[in-house]
Amino acid sequence: MAIVKHDTVIDNDWITLDAEGDLPAGDVNIIVPLDRWKAEQDSLKGRNGGVGVLLVPGDAPEDIAADLDRLALIAIRFPAYTDGRGYSYARVLRERYGFAGEIRAVGDVLRDQILNMHRCGFDAFDLKDDADTALAKVRAAMAEMTVYYQPTGDGRATAGSLRERRRAGQVG
Amino acid sequence: MSLQIVTANRLDDGLVVFMTANHGWSDDIHQAVLAEDQAHADDLLARASTRDQDIVVVGPYLIEVEASEAGIVPTKYREVLRTKGPSVRQDLGYQAGQ
Amino acid sequence: MYRYDDFDRQLVLERTEQFRGQVARRLSGELTEDQFRPLRLMNGVYLQLHAYMLRVAVPYGTLSGAQLRQLGYIARKYDKGYGHFTTRQNIQYNWPKLAELPDALLDLARVEMHAIQTSGNCIRNTTTDQYAGAAADEIEDPRPYCELIRQWSTFHPEFTYLPRKFKIAVTGAPNDRAAVRVHDIGLRMHQNAEGETGFEVIVGGGLGRTPFVGKTIRDFIGKNDLFSYLEATLRVYNRFGRRDNKYKARIKILVHEIGAEEMARLVEEEWAQIKDGSLKVSDAEIAQYIAQFAPPSFETLPDDDAEFARRKVENPGFAAWVRSNVVAHKQPGYAIANVSLKPIGGIPGDATADQMERVADLADQYSFGDVRVTHEQNLVLPHVKKADLFSLWAELSNAGLATANLGYVTDIIACPGLDYCALATARSIPLSQRISERFGDLDRQHHIGELKIKISGCINACGHHHVGHIGILGLDKRGKEFYQITLGGDASENAAIGKIVGAGFSEAEVVDAIEAIVTRYLEIRDAGERFIDTYRRVGTDPFKEVLYGDR
Ligand code: SF4
Repeated sequence: MAIVKHDTVIDNDWITLDAEGDLPAGDVNIIVPLDRWKAEQDSLKGRNGGVGVLLVPGDAPEDIAADLDRLALIAIRFPAYTDGRGYSYARVLRERYGFAGEIRAVGDVLRDQILNMHRCGFDAFDLKDDADTALAKVRAAMAEMTVYYQPTGDGRATAGSLRERRRAGQVG
Repeated sequence: MSLQIVTANRLDDGLVVFMTANHGWSDDIHQAVLAEDQAHADDLLARASTRDQDIVVVGPYLIEVEASEAGIVPTKYREVLRTKGPSVRQDLGYQAGQ
Repeated sequence: MYRYDDFDRQLVLERTEQFRGQVARRLSGELTEDQFRPLRLMNGVYLQLHAYMLRVAVPYGTLSGAQLRQLGYIARKYDKGYGHFTTRQNIQYNWPKLAELPDALLDLARVEMHAIQTSGNCIRNTTTDQYAGAAADEIEDPRPYCELIRQWSTFHPEFTYLPRKFKIAVTGAPNDRAAVRVHDIGLRMHQNAEGETGFEVIVGGGLGRTPFVGKTIRDFIGKNDLFSYLEATLRVYNRFGRRDNKYKARIKILVHEIGAEEMARLVEEEWAQIKDGSLKVSDAEIAQYIAQFAPPSFETLPDDDAEFARRKVENPGFAAWVRSNVVAHKQPGYAIANVSLKPIGGIPGDATADQMERVADLADQYSFGDVRVTHEQNLVLPHVKKADLFSLWAELSNAGLATANLGYVTDIIACPGLDYCALATARSIPLSQRISERFGDLDRQHHIGELKIKISGCINACGHHHVGHIGILGLDKRGKEFYQITLGGDASENAAIGKIVGAGFSEAEVVDAIEAIVTRYLEIRDAGERFIDTYRRVGTDPFKEVLYGDR
């Protein structure tokens, strides 16, 4: 298991909690399921440690739209890589609500989906590989394609915008 | 209980193959190893479905066959077609070259 | 015709190399079949009954002569010398080797083609009117919008793992030749009260196990807003489409379960959030694409050509072909020529490498290098001078490509069925061949008139049987092939799903059953009625009578 973020392997200093059960000491960073956040947010907001929310397919990112400034991290789970709902959730969080914290892909996260995830706003990838392999996979995946047709919030220039620029350059 | 054999498609060229007695693969159905009961069939399928086999063949599964002097013939028409090539282009199945 | 620029070219080359790497990782065992399957599918590679199958995208059914020639080359080099044109305007090869596929894709990339997203739970190749840019009844050429949809949908990062596959069809003409009402999204161009051209958005049509005619969720969306509206629709589907059961995962089930009004509400709500964002396409950008599809340099000609008229009088074979296969063009003196891939007794939609090369040459010679693939599995030379039609016909005849049966009873759609397809329950090709032979006589076909028979080899309905005037569905009944007949389906602007006429028929009985239906129709039709018109007037009863008597 290794988490790759911004081209490096990072330590996982977050604990993912279940729907119920005791909270760890107040300075520990925790990730809680959406329902638990909804039920316990008043007490969770007072913690010293960071709080993150875990979204699973079927959850509505809209439910945490008002709380985003309280959240340092949102984990989005892919129970199977074929369940693509998480891509939409990430885009809504980044592009609609302007979430600037970490969006971490967890679950069935494989090399060949990483570029798409990144394009949708994920910036951390929890892979089931050792650190070196995970980093190598993320790097290879990110380098495979350099042309993008769709505008997303990822900052990459699209083919359309580059064409536009080129035309403007020719004219001016 | 009818007889069963394991069939699959070869990974590299996709062609239809049948599992043989030494757990290898042949494109000749008559080389297939026959399972006479379900336990044997399940065992063969398990041997065909290992990680090692996954780089030799794709999608192994059991089919029912009848065996006689003339050889092995699948009971389902679909599987007969797989041993012969398309009924509308019998000049083309790899079997046509044999 | 759209030509790739360096961006498009780069993208396809990178994709080809990416797939080469994936194939290498698969062959070395780094990727398991479970991990590799969706990757190969997203590159058009299936594993069928006998071998791999490669499905190559023909974006909105448009090919240049050079592209079609290359398709012939690929058939010869990587396959067994032929290919199969499909109901999605694509071409399939039946025998490629996995290890050679990266090279085949590179050969495709050389002519600006690819197999991207021809399978998988993503947005598939967009289809349209095969007469786009040529048809006399067209409001506007839909291809510029199809090309923009192609780019928007290619590697869409959010919509690569949808609940199920997703098909978009566009028509720019009131006579719908693209079957837009039976697609996940159908777009119909029309003018609003202000005289602007835009799109009616029809959602949730589809065939398969549960056929539906799509519902309109927006009567008019302007061109600049089309892409944000599509994105909103896809996002609603990606988030709320069912994923618990693959047979209920298409958008048609979502629309059916929540209703068209609720679907429209969800889409509008999402669209309101993104409509002013970066997907808004400017008039200037649209104009760039329209310019790419500018009409070829037609000559100014009188609409009538004396030589053409004389040839028709002198040569009944030519006259028959003109009557069935030639369609009105918007440019005076030109015509649209359909090339039937339905020779009597042949395999619907199959073409040999030689035939592909031949048609490519003829396209270059007679049709400004423009060829179309139809969803009815034929080819089209869209811009032929009337004065050239006779020579074209003569050359097509020599290549076995001048069958004069477009829209007739032998112009049958048939999916590959159990002869090739791993999912099939029965064969469809041999049945189409038997029907074609039974009705092979040209005079008889002309006498019967327009009659669309469509055959699928399983409930997935790739052969569009639900929308055949006569539809045939091949099933498996205790190990035997068995065929169910539906009547009254229609893929046009009057889209309708056919009704099952009664108990099914064995392989030996079904051709007789079809003939009995046709004979009955001839007995009861009113003057000028097509089969579908008669059916709409009389319903299934008269046909049941001849099929089942008092049973
Ligand atoms: S309808 Fe069925 S048999 Fe025919 S091509 Fe589709 S999946 Fe295969």
